Amino acid sequence: MSSQIHGTQHFDKSKRLEIKFSDEVMQIAQTIINRYPKGKQKSALLPILHLAQAEFGGWLSPETMDYVASILNIKSIEVFEVASFYSMYNLKPMGKCILEVCQTSSCWLNGAEDIVKYIEKKLNIKVGETTKDGMFSLKVAECLGSCGTSPMLQCGASYHENLTYEKVDALLENYKSENKRKSYTDLDYKNTL
Amino acid sequence: MGKKLLIHNDKVPGIDTLEVYRAHGGYSSVEKALKTMTPDQVTDEVKKSGLRGRGGAGFPTGLKWSFLAKPEGVERYLVCNADESEPGTFKDRYLMEKIPHALIEGMITSSFALGAKTSYIYIRGEYFYVARIIETAIAEAYSAGWLGKNILGTNFSHDCYVQVGAGAYICGEETALLESLEGKRGNPRIKPPFPAVAGLWGCPTVVNNVETIAAVCPIINMGGEEYSKIGIGKSTGTKLISASGHINNPGVYEIELGVPVEEFIYSEEYCGGIRNGKKLKAVVAGGSSVPILPTELILKTAKGEPRLMTYESLSDGGFQTGTMLGSGGFIVMDEDTSIVKNLFTFARFYHHESCGQCSPCREGTGWMEKILQKFLNGTANESDVELLWDIQSKIEGKTICPLGEAAAWPVAAAIRHFKQEFLDVARNKKFIDVSHYNRLNKIIA
Amino acid sequence: MKVTIDGIEIDVPKGTTILQAARMIGPEVAPPAMCYYSSLKTSGGYCRTCIVKVTQGSAANPTPMPKPVASCRTEVMDGMVVENNINAELLEARKGVVEFLLINHPLDCPVCDQAGECKLQDLGYGHGAAATRFEFKRREYEPIDIGDKIKLHMNRCILCYRCVKVAEQITDDRVHGVISRGDSSEISTYIENIIDNDFSGNVIDVCPVGALTDKTFRFKQRVWFTKPLEAHRNCDKCCGKTRLWLKGEEVVRVTARKDQWDEVEEFICNSCRYDYKKTSDWVIEGPAPIHRNSVISQNHYQHLNELKLQALKQQNALGFMPLDKKP
Repeated sequence: MSSQIHGTQHFDKSKRLEIKFSDEVMQIAQTIINRYPKGKQKSALLPILHLAQAEFGGWLSPETMDYVASILNIKSIEVFEVASFYSMYNLKPMGKCILEVCQTSSCWLNGAEDIVKYIEKKLNIKVGETTKDGMFSLKVAECLGSCGTSPMLQCGASYHENLTYEKVDALLENYKSENKRKSYTDLDYKNTL
Repeated sequence: MGKKLLIHNDKVPGIDTLEVYRAHGGYSSVEKALKTMTPDQVTDEVKKSGLRGRGGAGFPTGLKWSFLAKPEGVERYLVCNADESEPGTFKDRYLMEKIPHALIEGMITSSFALGAKTSYIYIRGEYFYVARIIETAIAEAYSAGWLGKNILGTNFSHDCYVQVGAGAYICGEETALLESLEGKRGNPRIKPPFPAVAGLWGCPTVVNNVETIAAVCPIINMGGEEYSKIGIGKSTGTKLISASGHINNPGVYEIELGVPVEEFIYSEEYCGGIRNGKKLKAVVAGGSSVPILPTELILKTAKGEPRLMTYESLSDGGFQTGTMLGSGGFIVMDEDTSIVKNLFTFARFYHHESCGQCSPCREGTGWMEKILQKFLNGTANESDVELLWDIQSKIEGKTICPLGEAAAWPVAAAIRHFKQEFLDVARNKKFIDVSHYNRLNKIIA
Repeated sequence: MKVTIDGIEIDVPKGTTILQAARMIGPEVAPPAMCYYSSLKTSGGYCRTCIVKVTQGSAANPTPMPKPVASCRTEVMDGMVVENNINAELLEARKGVVEFLLINHPLDCPVCDQAGECKLQDLGYGHGAAATRFEFKRREYEPIDIGDKIKLHMNRCILCYRCVKVAEQITDDRVHGVISRGDSSEISTYIENIIDNDFSGNVIDVCPVGALTDKTFRFKQRVWFTKPLEAHRNCDKCCGKTRLWLKGEEVVRVTARKDQWDEVEEFICNSCRYDYKKTSDWVIEGPAPIHRNSVISQNHYQHLNELKLQALKQQNALGFMPLDKKP
């Protein structure tokens, strides 16, 4: 195995988005920064990374990390260290809908493995993969605090709980039909940060 | 019906709005504290109440507050730990989602006691929709004057902000949380200094769990002494228990500390017994890190007394025959459950969540998961049980933060109480997952 | 403040850590340290090899500390009593730490340039077990260049954070750090950045293992076939005090000088390290002091008397020492 992280340097340069917040988003970023005392703007790093990930294609490219570093006036390596530490930041492009199925104890006790297998079969992908149309990525997650309503999966900011096969069918259909949205994280994340 | 102080209004329509919350007596603790009490008096009431930290460690809250350093001219902070991620625990999410103002009210009253002009609520990133609910409630509180300058016309001004995490269990450790709040990796700090002396940005800081902060409101309203009369001995007040697993009624229950475990599992008021008429096999009583106990030890102590839902009773017998109340993450397993597989999910969890700073945890958690995977593959040997035991003993107590213990204890307890199950899998060279609960298939059929 | 370590009492100033106090007594009681570095602020606490047992917290509060503590990050209290090499349970715990450090280490000493001056080799020899119990595939990374003169073998890294702290505290720009988490953590530069500044070479000197090595020295010579000399030159960037490693008359490597704890005395600049590889560039002061137990000092017997004295001193202090508790 070579480092997965070093793989981030290989991505399609032709597909680069312009990395700059719109005035509206910049306003949100500034509000976040203002929550912290002067000189402690680095504290805004986690929320701003969420914002940047939602804005710039659902993942954190090196350009995005550089941009965030420039906004907060910190070193790019500081952004990289943080972005690679937390599980919610994607360091490579993902599908529009990231389905994260919780697999820890209570969810396992209530059949999370069956849910994973069912989705794998239905979408014809394995855990860690993205469907060819770029619509769905399937991941497994560790305890998401939904043990009493297990099994469950998270997609963007939404929790889908007490899952059954029918519920999975329905939610996949639902996401497909809403396909027009740019990403399932963008709207959610912008309103809360 | 036991007394409820935190989520008694959870079914009231619109209780998540300021208007309804206020109509049901909300924010009265802020009124009482700011208008009729000094900060020290508020702290004294919390001390008298005997309230213990509800995040898992159970440290007396009033005592923690009294450790806060108060140098002149230095900001102090209150930080709410809403990074709930201990497997089996979902009570804070429930409280914040249903009654967000209970947390904000607690934040204001507690901040007044601590002299904190600013507070932060650090919510785990996955609880994004919960963060939105809290932010909405904070905005309401600002516009009604409960937050901001000169609250209720007093000299006390307070700002409260939400920060979301980004997926890391370790940020529930208070110093890792502070690092994360400062925009860094969630690496726990080496203590001392403790946050009470040097916390957020080096300033004195108190970090409290959501439920702990919310409990401050009823304590101030009813008085610490009255609160301390609820419960048994040093386990005062009420506690939110997150019940999950093979039970009929999973969910969040507010109990008066002291309810017998047996009643909690079997009574219709709480868990409603084991699903499908199965028998109880084991319980993890306080979140994944506390020792798992088999039926005979969770219902009764080694001395034969009924086990109660209190800090003391659950830990009666030490780790040999007891466990801990922890965060109140109560996971119930029926007779078909494979303890080996359940332990594997815990080991995988702690491996995934180790921050990687110190060597025993970084290397040991992954090693234990790999060995447990051997059991599931049917390739484990009997000697692997001993090896697991030895590895956990070499992690426990050797790490920077308590994640080492959290990863080691479940392994130790599973082997201590269910060794035969591990040996059987190793001898048969085969793992059959009879516990694979076919609830889903059943619903489809 | 009085502190007793392995039965030997010493007076130390307030603010001294247990490790520092132990080092003041001498190597016979000093715990091994893989991540702590006196000259780097906030270093230490990570590797856990320097753990000790505090059997008495202080004279005022004699309660023992429940868990072993990292001696490098724990300050002494007056009347504190500490057990290190005389505590069998602690030595067993340390053995565990060493095992953890080794399970994902490639043990590629035969092809590693650090062999002979590797702290992990010493640690494994002194405190480790004879065989590994780890039967799984080890973590593997490709070696990469993180500067034109520095090679990173992530496989060998024990994540001591020393190089990160050097970059933070000694150089003017940090472009590398620890990324990812848990056992996937790795030292990395930001994407394909290279470490390039006047003091970057010091990361090689502080690295306790062969994770960061000097590309100009790689595979040139086994360190025990070289002869270390103390030397200096006038340098406008650094102190100019270095250690030359000679093979015959050829300077095969220049490093900073290290003290008896293998810590750099004064950091040096890249010019001194890389650009002056002739003996005529330097004023030679004489042979460099080398550990009596180092492979580099083979055939040097001047430390033998000192060795005997130390053993006697320790035996007198403790009365006796059973063989199985021997440090």
